[in-house]
Amino acid sequence: MRISKKIVLHFPPNLVDKPIIYHLVKDYDMEFNVLKASVTPKEEGLLVLELTGARKAYDGAIRFLKETGVEVQPLVKDIARQEERCTHCGACVTICPVNAFVVDPTTRRVDFVSDKCIACDLCLRICPVRAMETRL
Amino acid sequence: MTKTIEEINEKIAKGQAVVVTAEEVIGVVEKKGVARAAKEIDVVTTGTFGPMCSSGAFLNTGHSKPRIKFGGGRVYLNDVPAYTGLAAVDLFIGATATPDDDPRNRNYPGDFKYGGGHVIEDLVAGKDILLVAVAYGTDCYPRKKIETWINIKIINEATLFNIRNAYQNYNVAVNLSDRTLYTYMGVLKPRLGNANFSSAGQLSPLMNDPYYKTIGIGTKIFLGGGVGYVAWHGTQHNPNVLRGENGVPKRGAGTLAVIGDLKQMNSRWLVGTSFLGYGSTLTVGIGVPIPILSEEILRYTSVKDSDIFAPIVDYSKTYPEREPDVLGEVSYAELRSGHIKILEKAVPTASLSSYYKASEIAATLKEWIKRGEFLLTNPVAPLPGVESGIVFKPLEERSI
Repeated sequence: MRISKKIVLHFPPNLVDKPIIYHLVKDYDMEFNVLKASVTPKEEGLLVLELTGARKAYDGAIRFLKETGVEVQPLVKDIARQEERCTHCGACVTICPVNAFVVDPTTRRVDFVSDKCIACDLCLRICPVRAMETRL
Repeated sequence: MTKTIEEINEKIAKGQAVVVTAEEVIGVVEKKGVARAAKEIDVVTTGTFGPMCSSGAFLNTGHSKPRIKFGGGRVYLNDVPAYTGLAAVDLFIGATATPDDDPRNRNYPGDFKYGGGHVIEDLVAGKDILLVAVAYGTDCYPRKKIETWINIKIINEATLFNIRNAYQNYNVAVNLSDRTLYTYMGVLKPRLGNANFSSAGQLSPLMNDPYYKTIGIGTKIFLGGGVGYVAWHGTQHNPNVLRGENGVPKRGAGTLAVIGDLKQMNSRWLVGTSFLGYGSTLTVGIGVPIPILSEEILRYTSVKDSDIFAPIVDYSKTYPEREPDVLGEVSYAELRSGHIKILEKAVPTASLSSYYKASEIAATLKEWIKRGEFLLTNPVAPLPGVESGIVFKPLEERSI
């Protein structure tokens, strides 16, 4: 059985230049999709990944990461839309970095494609009626 | 072919009126032509749902025992200051009012999470509102302080009175500078990162009656989910702008002042709104019915997004410095395509008013009229037109 999970990886400074993701692919046959990557001011690496593979191999990959010294967290933050509050104006459409808001060309309804969302939080304050919220 | 409002109302009362929205009429005219469409259609309904800052409500709270005179004192509704310069217990709460202790733009860009627009939304939703007042006390109004709850269901009057709504056309806002701007036209990304517009275009009330031939003082409208009226022309009403061959203004032009009983409105259509780094306001739903009195009026209502043009304005310099330059003109059809071209660059577009909800307003008003629940009114006086000679004046400072 294959599984797919969104995870947050914290790399300590000594691991930032190591080819860790390469091992996930080569040794554990993982598919990955980078949702967000950055180096924090303290020189730690932050990587948000969607990791997909066979369940057994997936568990092995996570064990490998932890043993190497990478901190692994599930992507707990979820951005959701309060449907009754959204006015479908569109103020969020050009602000979202991953185009998670899509205007239906016929009805002009603004749809939120939560699968694309990387929880960057930009829409939370930009939404004029504050319809977007963080759910844990 | 001419009809009167009385004749149309007779048909409405019998449930026989033919009503279409300003979006539907485009297809009808394309298929049947103006003459036949004008004969068949009695009413075209329009709609718009966007942030409108010159909105507010007059409230009369009733008299406390002993009495208090708010006039000359201070009143807060859920910490938001209300205007008290009226008789004893009359108040005005404006959409952009902000609590005294709100950090505003000291934490730039400010959030403006709760302001006058949100108070109006909560009032309409039937929520209790905390009223805190201080007064100076008089022989007839001895009380100097009160803290109590008020509720729209209990207070004497709650009258929505918006002095400028439903702008006939509006700017497309862009940013030519190197830093992000936080404006009433939303967040504008640097170096032409995005372009924000606001009009409902082909659905917008005054776009469908460009010379104000049917919409006038006393016109009965959909306002905030209930019934309201056009009270006057709105502030900054400016009929004398550049117009296209179809008569539709290519710049911000006419505006409406509207009034109605807040008690019969609905918080779905009056929504407290916060513009990051700018302020709080109220998103207002308005729908105006246009009686098809002649072929000419029908032709105006058949205007479509590809025939309506808006000016592109730089909000990093031109707008704040009150300079007249525009970067170009684009049609609403181009704006709704998702991208426009400015200075050879493809710029993604977004709307600040909801076309989706504007359609719902036009459809709701259509249903009300078809069911015979909403009759049309003859205006008691027209709005100032092109012949009025109105000139839109700036504030020229004088030395003191």
